[in-house]
Amino acid sequence: MNSATRMTEPVLEVRALCKRFGGLVATDQVSLDVRPGEVHALIGPNGAGKTTLVHQLSGTLPPDSGSILFRGDDVTHLAANARVLRGLVRSYQITSIFRQHSVLDNVALAVQARSGSSFRFWRPVRDESALFDEARAVLARVGLADRADVLAANLAHGEQRQLEVGLAVATRPAMLLLDEPMAGMGPEESERLIPLIDGLRKDVSILLIEHDMDAVFRLADRISVLVSGRVIATGTPDDIRANADVKRAYLGDELEAASGGEA
Amino acid sequence: MQRALTLAALALAIAFPMAAVPLDLDFYIGFASRVMIYAIAATSLNLILGYGGMVSFGHAAFFGTGAYVVAIAMTHGIDSLWVSWPLAMLVSGIVALGIGAISLRTRGVYFIMITLAFAQMMFFVFIGLKAYGGEEGLNMPHRSVIGLGLNLKNDATFYYVVLTVLVATLYLLRRLIDARFGRVVEAIRENEARMETIGFSTYRYKLTCFVIAGMVCGLAGALIANQTRYVNPNLMHWIVSGDMMIMIILGGLGYRFGGVLGAIVMLVLDEAISPYTTYSKIVIGFVLLAVVLFAPRGLAGLFDRKRVRAGGGHG
Amino acid sequence: MSGLFLFEQALNGLQFGLMLFLLAAGLTLVFGIMDTINLAHGSLYMLGAYIAATIAQATGSFVMAVPLALIATAVIGMLLELAVLRRLYTRDHMSQVLATFALILIANDSVRMIWGPQPISLNPPAALSGPIDLFPGMTYSSYRLAIIVVGLAVAALLYLLVTRTRTGMLVRAGASNREMATAMGTNIKLLFTCVFGFGAALCALAGAMLGPILAVQVGMGEDILILAFVVIVIGGIGSIRGALVGSLLVGLVDTMGRTFLPMILREVFSPQVASNAGPALASILIYVLMAAVLFWKPQGLFPARG
Repeated sequence: MNSATRMTEPVLEVRALCKRFGGLVATDQVSLDVRPGEVHALIGPNGAGKTTLVHQLSGTLPPDSGSILFRGDDVTHLAANARVLRGLVRSYQITSIFRQHSVLDNVALAVQARSGSSFRFWRPVRDESALFDEARAVLARVGLADRADVLAANLAHGEQRQLEVGLAVATRPAMLLLDEPMAGMGPEESERLIPLIDGLRKDVSILLIEHDMDAVFRLADRISVLVSGRVIATGTPDDIRANADVKRAYLGDELEAASGGEA
Repeated sequence: MQRALTLAALALAIAFPMAAVPLDLDFYIGFASRVMIYAIAATSLNLILGYGGMVSFGHAAFFGTGAYVVAIAMTHGIDSLWVSWPLAMLVSGIVALGIGAISLRTRGVYFIMITLAFAQMMFFVFIGLKAYGGEEGLNMPHRSVIGLGLNLKNDATFYYVVLTVLVATLYLLRRLIDARFGRVVEAIRENEARMETIGFSTYRYKLTCFVIAGMVCGLAGALIANQTRYVNPNLMHWIVSGDMMIMIILGGLGYRFGGVLGAIVMLVLDEAISPYTTYSKIVIGFVLLAVVLFAPRGLAGLFDRKRVRAGGGHG
Repeated sequence: MSGLFLFEQALNGLQFGLMLFLLAAGLTLVFGIMDTINLAHGSLYMLGAYIAATIAQATGSFVMAVPLALIATAVIGMLLELAVLRRLYTRDHMSQVLATFALILIANDSVRMIWGPQPISLNPPAALSGPIDLFPGMTYSSYRLAIIVVGLAVAALLYLLVTRTRTGMLVRAGASNREMATAMGTNIKLLFTCVFGFGAALCALAGAMLGPILAVQVGMGEDILILAFVVIVIGGIGSIRGALVGSLLVGLVDTMGRTFLPMILREVFSPQVASNAGPALASILIYVLMAAVLFWKPQGLFPARG
């Protein structure tokens, strides 16, 4: 797989991205790329600037310098919602769903965003069966098919995380920025999410930010390591495991724990 | 159940003028018209505030604008309802577009203060417009001309016109809320950031919603000008904006009949208290304070405990 | 001549701006620290003016009336905070607007019950009732000059208080970052009550000082409250410096606009245009200013939060 994708143009290309908050450098000359069909994991200690980077890639935070290319176009200054319509979609580390809507309505909203204008004032949404058919298909994909009519607020934490990813998937992304999809999940719940993400890579490229090293080493084609806002290494899981800088700066113990579960 | 109640209320509203004359209650035909006009205005505010979560404190600006358009058009010889009422909606919509375009760039307390400030600006503009009466306001020689063999001078006829507008407003509100657009607006109230990251340009939806509400409120203004045959800047005073807000908090935020219920409660309360005391506002003040502190979902919330989408807005 | 006239109008603008600052300062701190919108701030201004007028009539001493009105209004403000406002900090803005709007209705009718519907008079102290020679050829109301002096003194005091004292730093920290103030282990509840009472006292000062110039009447608080909102939107929520700059801008633009815009219109167009459109145009100047600031700096000129 790696040898095939290496030939094609990257879906996402980040060039020398910088972001400062006062004296603090949150993103320091970050360059990385994600290839079609690839799961590219971004790991690093807390406070390394991973979420800040996602904010810039998704368009909620303007970078100070550098550029972001998506499918060959410069999207550095594009509004967040416009990036979504082009296929660059994020999910949140802290669950952000429509808690007072049903699970099905949550996903139907995301489908609605990508299927035609929503400046429609007359026809009831409930008559638009196409929206709900597609939403149900997404729910099946993220493992929530039997929870469609539950109020999102009443889902278990793990299910809310699945819905979080479902919202992103429903927008028919070409590329997903998954910000710690397994945050706060128990091992059992994580086990459900790993094949889900694995199944997405058929048609979506993924930038995966994750603390769960077991998941990272099972899913990732390549891994980049972010420390203090800088990418200190990029490579295959084996490269990263062997990298002395990475060991010193970050992995150490975590790697030991993960090596048993590698796919 | 609700459908039956709605139809019963509608039947009652249709029968009222016919019963009022023999019962010697014709004074109340005018009062009922006024209640319905405020119900339309409050319902339009409910669209942006209750459904959309935009805490606009300047809604009276559109009410007053609609009223002034009808009165000013009449001084220029335009007295056809079919011209001046749509014109009132158009002008109110343009004003709403201007105010909304600027104030919707902000949120939270900024949005509240800015909508309030712009409404106050409109208030001062009309006080300053000496050509159209300034502080004194404008008298209308007669009500708008409807044609069709009808005359709005007749209070019962005017009542039915207002009722028609109210029913149409409520029906349109329902269509709009159930349609794609309404879905988007309600979801923005709940989680605007997420709406952006699933691909909606929330600003455009909020602005459209704001303009629609402004136009409907402008139509209510056109009606109030006809009801009293007199307009003055006080129609757009911020106390009027506050009254509209009170109506929908009393009636129920984001509840389809919230504006109607609230207008009835508020104006009937006012009418009932005012013969006994000149201090009716203090009573309303205490009632409002109690409702906000102890029953934040309004009267509709008291009756309808199943409702999950409790109002409140994210302001 | 016209130079002197311009100077006089500038002084009037400064005087009005400084009084606006007294209101805006308290309001912006409540916004910033508690993230709470308080419409009843104008009612405290009204109460301050009424109490000052009552004491001044009873004692015949304006100088005694002002500090007493400050204390009384501060106490009322703190009681209000304890009884109502405190319950609103965690509520949404909609509830805050409605509850404090209810307070306005209650305050206005209460004032009508106690003092009657007619405006009451508040006379300036006799020593300040006449004009004063600022320099040869320039006389100015000595009372207005006193307002400017008091306003500048309070602004300076407030600046020292907020930047130089520990409490002031806490307040500032709270206005830009609530968690930080909590983390510093302050008794936040007590701090809120005190800040609110302090804001009420500033309101009363403005009300008492402006009473002799404007009318002491029901509803006086609302018009000036909206101006204070405009000030805060221009200056940036939670910023004392922003409130000062915004107040002076609004005071100057409003006063100068009302005087000079009709004059300019008369010169450029015709007297008829000036009398028809002049007042309307002059009254919207500050709102245009606000819209312009918002367009370029949506967070105000001095955003307290980064």
